Amino acid sequence: MARKLTFSKAINEAMDIAMERDNKVILIGEDVAGGATVDHLQDEEAWGGVFGVTQGLGNKYGRKRVMDMPIAEAGYMGAAVAAAVTGLRPISELMFNDFIGSAMDEIMNQGAKIRYMFGGKAEVPLTIRTSHGAGAGAAAQHSQSLYGMLTAIPGLKVVVPSNPYDAKGLLLTAIEDNDIVAFFEDKTLYSMKGEVPEGYYTIPLGQAEIKRKGDDLTIVAIGKMVHVAEDAANQLAKQGVESEIIDPRSLSPLDEDTILQSVEKTGRLLIIDEANPRCNAATDISALVVDKGFDSLDAPIKMVTAPHAPTPFATNLEQLYIPRAETVVQTAKDMIGELTLSR
Amino acid sequence: MDKKMASWMYAKMNDIRNFENQVQKIFATGEIPGFVHLYAGEEAIAVGVCAHLKSNDYITSTHRGHGHCIAKGCSLNGMMAEIFGKETGLCNGKGGSMHIADLEVGMLGANGIVGGGFPLAVGAGLSAEILETGGVAVCFFGDGANNHGTFHEGINIAAALKLPVIFVAENNGFGEATPFEYATSAKTIAERAKAYDIPGIRVDGNDVTKVYQVAQEAVERARNGEGPTLIEAITYRTHGHFEGDNQSYKSETDREKWPVEVDCIEQFKTYVLENKLLNKADMEEIEKTSIKAVKEAVEFAHNSKVPRGEALTENVYVTYK
Repeated sequence: MARKLTFSKAINEAMDIAMERDNKVILIGEDVAGGATVDHLQDEEAWGGVFGVTQGLGNKYGRKRVMDMPIAEAGYMGAAVAAAVTGLRPISELMFNDFIGSAMDEIMNQGAKIRYMFGGKAEVPLTIRTSHGAGAGAAAQHSQSLYGMLTAIPGLKVVVPSNPYDAKGLLLTAIEDNDIVAFFEDKTLYSMKGEVPEGYYTIPLGQAEIKRKGDDLTIVAIGKMVHVAEDAANQLAKQGVESEIIDPRSLSPLDEDTILQSVEKTGRLLIIDEANPRCNAATDISALVVDKGFDSLDAPIKMVTAPHAPTPFATNLEQLYIPRAETVVQTAKDMIGELTLSR
Repeated sequence: MDKKMASWMYAKMNDIRNFENQVQKIFATGEIPGFVHLYAGEEAIAVGVCAHLKSNDYITSTHRGHGHCIAKGCSLNGMMAEIFGKETGLCNGKGGSMHIADLEVGMLGANGIVGGGFPLAVGAGLSAEILETGGVAVCFFGDGANNHGTFHEGINIAAALKLPVIFVAENNGFGEATPFEYATSAKTIAERAKAYDIPGIRVDGNDVTKVYQVAQEAVERARNGEGPTLIEAITYRTHGHFEGDNQSYKSETDREKWPVEVDCIEQFKTYVLENKLLNKADMEEIEKTSIKAVKEAVEFAHNSKVPRGEALTENVYVTYK
């Protein structure tokens, strides 16, 4: 039987392999080694980031390649950008994607612009790893899903893996990529287990995966929402509706063809995105299909997203905030109509 | 310090300690969602500073904010209900432990973003200055935040414009799991004040009487239009960064020494007895009242309802259906 790893361990293994293969790969961030310079600390007891994702790497590669940074996101993110331009291949961890506010200039105005502004004469082989998503009771400043914001910026690539296998292969690709890649890890997926082959493998950016084949409805789901889509598809299948689920895996580059071909077949598109509903990945994909696949559509495109509100703290409200399979099922049924359902 | 002040301070320190002990206990049962960061052990700083503040003075706080909230006058019931995610909470259950706020008492919010408080405190100082309220703003922050850009930007603005702001560093030795000495290039936080041409004062943060004294001078300076002061209160984080943290970065000696030998409440007890500010009976009365108040807060939180579902999209400027 194939080996199973958690999402967290799969990400750790990708970094381990990348660091083993290329000594220019370094890892920096807040507490990524954990307890830097504490004399008594055995490295195996050290934190490895607030979620433990980088555990063991400080011990294996030393604290020159796995460096704790002061809580100064602008400072170390900007440093990571220029370290990338000048010869290193850094992985810079932003503990929560919400903290991007503190490092945005370095990412948006420096890192994302350098290759273009410098006439193509510079490369920025930087990977920004960050956690996102609601569901941990972490409230408004630790629960957002901000990948859409970065997808809007030319010069950045954006990856949102949905499972351990993809996380490992996509992260290895991201690290080897010569542009900035923002890699979004849903914090509520860290303990999710899945099959992950040993050793080195990569998954290209811009290649969506069809997670389930179906003729009645295309569901594009981002990150953790793939699992919501699968749950909904199982329920819909019992009612005779066959959904095709597409996991884009990277939002920039975006695999437009796979989405358009699927909609051409099914005639219906539903997009699930945990981000807030305005100007997010769902609206972007919706616009793509209206623009390039309008003739394929038999029904209006529907989006199931978080509401236009910050993430609430109270557990009952947070559960209402996150898109649910029941909403997806109901939305899909509305799109398809009673006629098809009774066929 | 008179008897009335000593009594207030002893009560607030007890409230914070009892409150945090209860939160810790309940968090372990899984009843409290999310993360909690406990302030127990650092009571002397919040209490010694807030002793000089009026309700129209503002404070900004941190993720470790329960102590600041209590010292500034937030209701224990409202705080506990907020931490439980109930609609009777100070933020109607929408903020949680890291975002408790109560503008009625000048509490401008705990904060989930390290360094988030500096510019906010500057803004509260600016409004006090322009509106001529006579108020001041206090920014509480941890040692981890003193390396954040907002520390430097915020203090410089306050100093350049001579705003009534007091910056209070709580140097508890660690920014999350990283020791202060590793992350900070300066020997002390206080000496960074030199760069902004304002007073920078280091004080024993476990001695509430010393914090009280230093804060008094800083608040007076601010009220007199003499501009900001940077206070660095030295303390120790007796708890982990968050509850559940293995604290492997702490030494055995420190772990044994700190909660017991250098406890700020024990120190203050000795002080008030020696100076005949409170007697044992007074203290016992305060302790009993505090335990009862915290117990009631827990019951209040337990008995409160969770927010209505419609609250999800309330308080946003625009709602899209």
